Amino acid sequence: MPAFDVILIACILYATFLFAVAFAAERLAARGRARWLRGGAVYTLSLSIYCTAWTFYGAVGYAARSGLEFVTIYLGPTLVLIGWWGLLRKLVRVGRAQRITSVADLISSRFGKSNLLGGLVTLLAVFATTPYIALQLQSVTLSFAVFAAEDGMAPELDALGFWVAAGLAVFAVLFGTRRLDANERHDGIVAAIATEAIVKLVAFIAVGVFVVFIVAGGPTQTFAAIDASPIAAWELRPGRWAGLTFLAAAAFICLPRMFQVLVVENSDERHLAIASWAFPLYLFAMSAFTVPIAAVGLARLPADSNPDLYVLSLPLAENQDGLALLAFLGGFSSATSMVIVAAIALATMISNHVVMPIWLRSGPSGAFVSGDVRNVALSARRISIVGILGLGYLYFRLSGGGEALASIGLISFAGIAQVLPAMIGGLFWRGATRVGAAAGLTLGLAIWVWTLFLPSFAGGLPEIVMTEGPFGAGWLRPEALFGIAGIDPILHTLCWSLLLNTGALVLLSLVTFPSPIERLQGAAMVNVFRTGPGARGWQPTHVEAEDLLVMAQRILGPAEAQAVFRAEAMRQGKLGYLPNPSQEFLERLERELAGSVGGATAHAMLGQMTGGGAVSVEELMRVADETAQIMEYSARLETQSRELARTAAQLREANEKLTRLSVQKDAFLGQISHELRTPMTSIRSFSEILRDGGMGDADRARFAGVIHDEALRLTRLLDDLLDLSVLESGQVSLRMAEEQLGAILDRAIQACDGGGPVRIERRGALDTVLVTDGDRLAQVFINLVMNCRKYALVAEPHLRITARRDGEMVEIDFVDNGPGIPTGEQEMMFEKFARGGDSRAAGGAGLGLAICREIMTRLGGTISYLPGQGGAAFRLRVPRALGHLRAAE
Amino acid sequence: MTDRQHVLLIEDEPNIIEAIRFLLARDGWHVSTHGEGRGAVEAVRQRAPDVVILDVMLPDRSGYDILSDLKSDPALARLPVLMLTARGQSKEREMALRMGADLFMTKPFSNAEMLEAVRGLVRPRSETP
Amino acid sequence: MSAPGDPPFLERRSYRRRRLSDAARALPIFGTVLFMLPVLWAAGPGGTTARSGLYLFGCWFVLIVIAAALSRPLTRIAEAARDDKDDAR
Repeated sequence: MPAFDVILIACILYATFLFAVAFAAERLAARGRARWLRGGAVYTLSLSIYCTAWTFYGAVGYAARSGLEFVTIYLGPTLVLIGWWGLLRKLVRVGRAQRITSVADLISSRFGKSNLLGGLVTLLAVFATTPYIALQLQSVTLSFAVFAAEDGMAPELDALGFWVAAGLAVFAVLFGTRRLDANERHDGIVAAIATEAIVKLVAFIAVGVFVVFIVAGGPTQTFAAIDASPIAAWELRPGRWAGLTFLAAAAFICLPRMFQVLVVENSDERHLAIASWAFPLYLFAMSAFTVPIAAVGLARLPADSNPDLYVLSLPLAENQDGLALLAFLGGFSSATSMVIVAAIALATMISNHVVMPIWLRSGPSGAFVSGDVRNVALSARRISIVGILGLGYLYFRLSGGGEALASIGLISFAGIAQVLPAMIGGLFWRGATRVGAAAGLTLGLAIWVWTLFLPSFAGGLPEIVMTEGPFGAGWLRPEALFGIAGIDPILHTLCWSLLLNTGALVLLSLVTFPSPIERLQGAAMVNVFRTGPGARGWQPTHVEAEDLLVMAQRILGPAEAQAVFRAEAMRQGKLGYLPNPSQEFLERLERELAGSVGGATAHAMLGQMTGGGAVSVEELMRVADETAQIMEYSARLETQSRELARTAAQLREANEKLTRLSVQKDAFLGQISHELRTPMTSIRSFSEILRDGGMGDADRARFAGVIHDEALRLTRLLDDLLDLSVLESGQVSLRMAEEQLGAILDRAIQACDGGGPVRIERRGALDTVLVTDGDRLAQVFINLVMNCRKYALVAEPHLRITARRDGEMVEIDFVDNGPGIPTGEQEMMFEKFARGGDSRAAGGAGLGLAICREIMTRLGGTISYLPGQGGAAFRLRVPRALGHLRAAE
Repeated sequence: MTDRQHVLLIEDEPNIIEAIRFLLARDGWHVSTHGEGRGAVEAVRQRAPDVVILDVMLPDRSGYDILSDLKSDPALARLPVLMLTARGQSKEREMALRMGADLFMTKPFSNAEMLEAVRGLVRPRSETP
Repeated sequence: MSAPGDPPFLERRSYRRRRLSDAARALPIFGTVLFMLPVLWAAGPGGTTARSGLYLFGCWFVLIVIAAALSRPLTRIAEAARDDKDDAR
């Protein structure tokens, strides 16, 4: 008999181990070395959060009471998975194409990105999941109690439940809300869950093998033992058999936690093919020993011992302490993994469908308000996770544990199954509308609450209502709606709620008219295999790409947003970070944003920026006319025209640039002339004055000083010109050396008097060692710092230099808080003599940035202007080892 | 008001301003300056100079624009204007003269030339009754 | 994209693909029928837990094996379909 402290310590050690697994997985994934973490095996194992503590402990209890009926809970998911080709494949494809973040997001996106539906499904999910979480807390505390009781102790179970809930909250917050990932994937959590899946499988099989081969004496004896047990005759109840199979199948795809692992965390559709047989096999293995354990437990254990805990008490009764400990950890795993994923899935739903819409509406100008949206979303999720676990704990306390919780699993299933009609209808029937879905969901939720949820806990409804109906209306009696009594409560609810739910969905869909976005989304989801991702939802507008970038940076984070914009600009054949805000791009951007804050919120934010008017009549015509749709996807034409358009865009841009360059070239001579003649004028004039004589000593000295200064200015100009021409002709010889980036920066800043009035802040990967021409790089840095001194004319000028490693390259951003550079001038600024605005303020010949660009090219890197950073911002990219790159080429 | 002749110099390079001011002041002129394109026309109106020396390349406004403003104002149209440029291309000279500049000089200039030019510009007016 | 010379091969391949995907769709229906069959006999004297259990787990295992056999060819079909679409784009 392991002491209670041993169990506690094992528990803490195990939790620490899980932390380590999750942490290591995140580290691996961050370094891009975790491909197996995203493989089919881990995906399959992560599905095992379907098997909660309720199934780990409860299945044996269930079998001890009702024979084989427990197996329906596994048969439903098995049928769903082996039929993946029809339903799950579509679900996963839609989820990926539309960047769906949760089951609420799916329903909301399908029915016109409706916040109402998102909120409704979220509410339903919270209702249905809270008791389930309470059930897990109860399982864990009860299993603790088994050990404590044998130890002669009576630990404070409520306090234990509290600490379990708190620990789970910490884990979920740490690994579930670390970032607002574009795809909502959580490597750490998934790795931990996969580990737990193995632990609970091994634990259960170990107990099973022990029971069959050692306690019972072999398979044949076990067979006989089952035949001799009280559950030998199977009293199959056909209604429950079929109904529960269906219910489990429905819950498997609708439960928020299952949707999270099945759809949201799916990174590759091929994994679904693997899981289609591997997960049924897992379920098979998990349930193969259930009946033997139940039969042997019934025969050997005292009549008053709880069948729900046979998995623990059988090894204990046989004095197998190690096995009991393993079984305990298996149950602990089942409970923790379910609670963590459920909490994260619900938190995502709450933040995306409740908090974000409210935040967006309450802000003075919605999407335009400043501040990091990511922080709002992440804080909302953290608070939600804590809140959900708090609710679960509260329910656990209030219900007082015990029998009331035992049936909660099926009640929870029946609640979440109300999502099924809207989901299936939405995926397969283009005619399903928002009004229909909302009415169906509301009706289903109401019936479930009235007939199953409220009656489930003692005192939920007054006795008189149960027997006579509310206000004497007998046809509304919770367990006999419409006067039809005598049906099993679960089946009663299941039939009526789904019947009326589906009925309302179909009927109201037939008589209402969908909004344009609904029709577009409907077509996109129903025809996801035919049309590729996404409906056309935006008209080209006059929104500035830079404004979009500013918004996207606040939601996706700067690096990811810039990558998206840059890729799009490249696709359009443009350089830099600002693509044209085309319809296509807006759709793509919306999907990216939806991956972080949910479809409805992303749509609303973009709608605010682009002025709302999202769908045109022509678009609608296109969707409505199905034959036109088929013809339109005559795909090859599209490819060609797209390619042509891209080439044309490139040509147009090149032509514009050439025209501007030729004008500039023309101006170049004039510029050179001006720059040389201006100092020359002063020199000539003053030297003639000096030659004429007749002035005081002070004047003479001053005039000589002017001549001297102007001569220096001439020299500087000539130096710059020569430098540039050498760089441009490629005859420059680089002096390669190994040096830390920080040291090069130090030198450069020192050369600019530490930046003068500008406060310089440096951060990031300054310790990176570069193999490059440090003096040339420093020259670029000096130019950028001096640029900031000249142009950032604000009260407290401030320059932020951030270095970041990016594979073989280093990215160095120079961002100041000055007025920035107008979009029109950004493209020409790296050309010769292209001085911003006021030439005298610049004091130089306008060659600085041109020289910088040439130097960066020589060093194998680039310099570009980074729009949308508040002030002027330059991004340098330079290879960490120039020679290395050269050799590789 | 002094009875000295008044030259308004519109130019942005401080050293060139200093040179011309010294030169003309030594020759007995009253020299005032305006350092940018903005407000140049107003400065001419207010100070009512006898001669204007106008640089073509001003930071914020082209000297040609100022010239055309001056010439289109009937009260100022006859004011003699000497244009200065450092670009020194022949098409600049043509443009300046076509737009009504009285004289055009390229930088660098010789001091004697400058004095001669300014004196030449003002004499005809003082001779008219 | 294939050369113009081999339409029969392509047709046969796409025919096979369609029948395979039919099989994939039929499997869960088949499975449902198998799992619902005990309703017919469980009320009678032969319906013991042990024997019915053997039947259920046997069916279950057969279904898993068929699903596993179908999984790889189906993956290939899905990928081919996606490639076709990518080519067309």
